[in-house]
Amino acid sequence: MPAIKHRYKEKDMKVAFTTSGESLESPLDSRFGRAPKILVYDLDTKTFDIIDNTQNLKAPQGAGIQAAQNVARTGAKHLVTGHCGPKAFKVLNAAGIAIYTTDASSISIALDRFCAGSLTPAHAADVEEHWV
Amino acid sequence: MASGKGGTGKTTVSVNLAKVSTSPVQLLDCDVEEPNAHLFLKGVLQCREVVTMPVPEVNAALCDGCGACSAICEYNAIAALPDGALVFEELCHGCGGCTLVCPRKAITEKGRRIGEVEVIESGHITLVQGRIDVGVAMAPPVIRAVKERLDGERMGILDAPPGTSCPVIATIKGTDLVILITEPTPFGLNDLKLAVDMVRELAIPFGVVINRVGVGDDRVHSFCRETGVPILMEIPDDRRIAEAYSRGELMVDALPEYRALFEQLMQRVQEFWNSVRRLNHADLRV
Repeated sequence: MPAIKHRYKEKDMKVAFTTSGESLESPLDSRFGRAPKILVYDLDTKTFDIIDNTQNLKAPQGAGIQAAQNVARTGAKHLVTGHCGPKAFKVLNAAGIAIYTTDASSISIALDRFCAGSLTPAHAADVEEHWV
Repeated sequence: MASGKGGTGKTTVSVNLAKVSTSPVQLLDCDVEEPNAHLFLKGVLQCREVVTMPVPEVNAALCDGCGACSAICEYNAIAALPDGALVFEELCHGCGGCTLVCPRKAITEKGRRIGEVEVIESGHITLVQGRIDVGVAMAPPVIRAVKERLDGERMGILDAPPGTSCPVIATIKGTDLVILITEPTPFGLNDLKLAVDMVRELAIPFGVVINRVGVGDDRVHSFCRETGVPILMEIPDDRRIAEAYSRGELMVDALPEYRALFEQLMQRVQEFWNSVRRLNHADLRV
């Protein structure tokens, strides 16, 4: 496997959340690869964008890999989700994205926990492939 | 030799048919996830070759993370990141699309080991068997490697995996005749119908062998009669056949009274084969 050069940017203050809705009050989706949407929150401007991830709901394999690329493209360097499988972890890790897993019921609760520093980055996948 | 349902007797019919052949035959065990024809034949291993399939290798120095490789991959086997690409070999189907579309020629192909092919000589039978590596989920490339050993001179008997999915298609594609082995049970009938649809889709001539006749009911027979599917052979439900099988003995050796059944099947297959060859020659003359 080729070595990936990380390009960390100091100003990157975007955090990605998996969700099925389109607002901060929407539930946090516990799945990463097959979450319908990804909300990308900008900590500086306190605004957010919604990224569509629905093409992965039908994928027979590699949903996590595809979702991880979608997150990487947004420029987010932090991801808050429920669970993360091994292949998605590998891609996110290579992209220099820190992964935080939490059981928070909504994005706003997860965001509060993130800002309060009560979430710690995961060092490995916490579930097997195709765990749902 | 194919079947929708597993355990109907594909290997039994394959090895016994090969055994009664009066001329040299090739027997190809294409059930690469669990090859078992070798259990019934004593022979000498002639050669063993490694089977590989092409997977991409990305040159990080050339890759600019454009994402063209990831966009074309139907199987999400390659992830493009802003500064490079990550390959998941176990998801790759070896189509070569990423290598073709890479605008910076950063992708080359390398061989990934997925299994082995063995050739075993046993009297007039040349057994070619594929064996997929543990943990590999892609049988068709191993099956194709087995089929590359067909010499076209001798009759080739291909023992397919059960079902109607890609490994079965990979096995029967290009064959002259498909024999569908089934049993007279509701499960046998259901899966026979699926297998018949599959073979019709591929437009390959076919016939049916019904095994364990005496169990179940007569609905498989009715189905064949009503849809015009020829029944090539019927094997009775006889406990001694299963006993011989469990000892790794060929039916035609352990129970000589069944030898004539297989000789008749071989005759029918050979007549069919001759007619196909005559047709092919006629085509050539035109």
